[in-house]
Amino acid sequence: MSPGGTWVAVLAAAAACFAVKLVGHRVPEHWLAHPRVARIASLVTVALLGALVAVQSATTDGAVVADARLVAVLVAAVALALRAPFVVVVVLAAVVAAVLRALT
Amino acid sequence: MTAPHGEGSVEEPVEQPVEELGSRRRAAARQAASVSLATGVYGVSFGALSVAAGLDLAQTVALSLLMFTGGSQFAFIGVLGAGGSGVAAVATAALLGARNALYGAVLAPLLRARGLRGLAAAHVTIDESTAVAQAQPDAATARAGFWWTGLGVLALWNVFTVVGAVVGDALGDPRRWGLDAAAAAAFLGLVWPRLASRSARLVAAAAAVVALVLTPVAPAGVPVLAAAAVAVLAGWRTPAASPRLGRTA
Repeated sequence: MSPGGTWVAVLAAAAACFAVKLVGHRVPEHWLAHPRVARIASLVTVALLGALVAVQSATTDGAVVADARLVAVLVAAVALALRAPFVVVVVLAAVVAAVLRALT
Repeated sequence: MTAPHGEGSVEEPVEQPVEELGSRRRAAARQAASVSLATGVYGVSFGALSVAAGLDLAQTVALSLLMFTGGSQFAFIGVLGAGGSGVAAVATAALLGARNALYGAVLAPLLRARGLRGLAAAHVTIDESTAVAQAQPDAATARAGFWWTGLGVLALWNVFTVVGAVVGDALGDPRRWGLDAAAAAAFLGLVWPRLASRSARLVAAAAAVVALVLTPVAPAGVPVLAAAAVAVLAGWRTPAASPRLGRTA
């Protein structure tokens, strides 16, 4: 994408995210407090993040692939299960993938 | 990011001794400081991953300053980095930020902020500031906790974003340093605290499968957006598995 196109996307996304926050502060609480709305909003977060994990760890240029990233993410999962802090998990995954690639 | 605890648990203060309020405010300030530092530091990973995804320093800082909601920022650069369109990146970021609207609805009656102050309150409405506000025993301390955490994270998140972007830029080829794997681990770290319920785990797994199945046939960015439909379907149909607002962060 061109730098100009990226800037348009950056500013549009920032505006959209701010608008979403503002809507929460301005619309009547009872509407957003509806159990179905609250449930879907929380599950949308989980679904998008779940999909992003899959796409980021197992796809390249429109193809499903298994490489060093998959091993790194499994190690990250173990670290998370052991309650490692976020930064440690992220750095650990990078190190695992980098070492695997250096070795192969 | 961390999960807020409890839901709407903040009460208006009854008569309180001044010294007790003082100690509560100090406790809230300590909490705000530690949350701000812990969250701010992983701005390093955002900064590094953003330049690895092809954004420049100014665009990276603009995201941390203006978008300022970590999950959406990671998603935005993830979609663009994978070759997705700007429209898909904007839509993914906005959808991932939808939970902030729920936080705003809980915080607005507590903060009663108008005008510019109201706009500022909306901007710093994120997982962390909501969590700290909801953890306080009375409304005055909750307000203080919200502002301290929101502004503290805003400041440190941006400082560490710059550090990460500069370091990431100096590293060169992101794959050689495993930064593509780090991005995947970042998403895993963000979703992990939200997988407490069985329905959340099922939705996450189904969304991952949908995204992988669609990847070879749909344009980049679309598989992730399509996976959100899984959440709408699941959330619409299963009233029994209702997660509390406090579990949504």
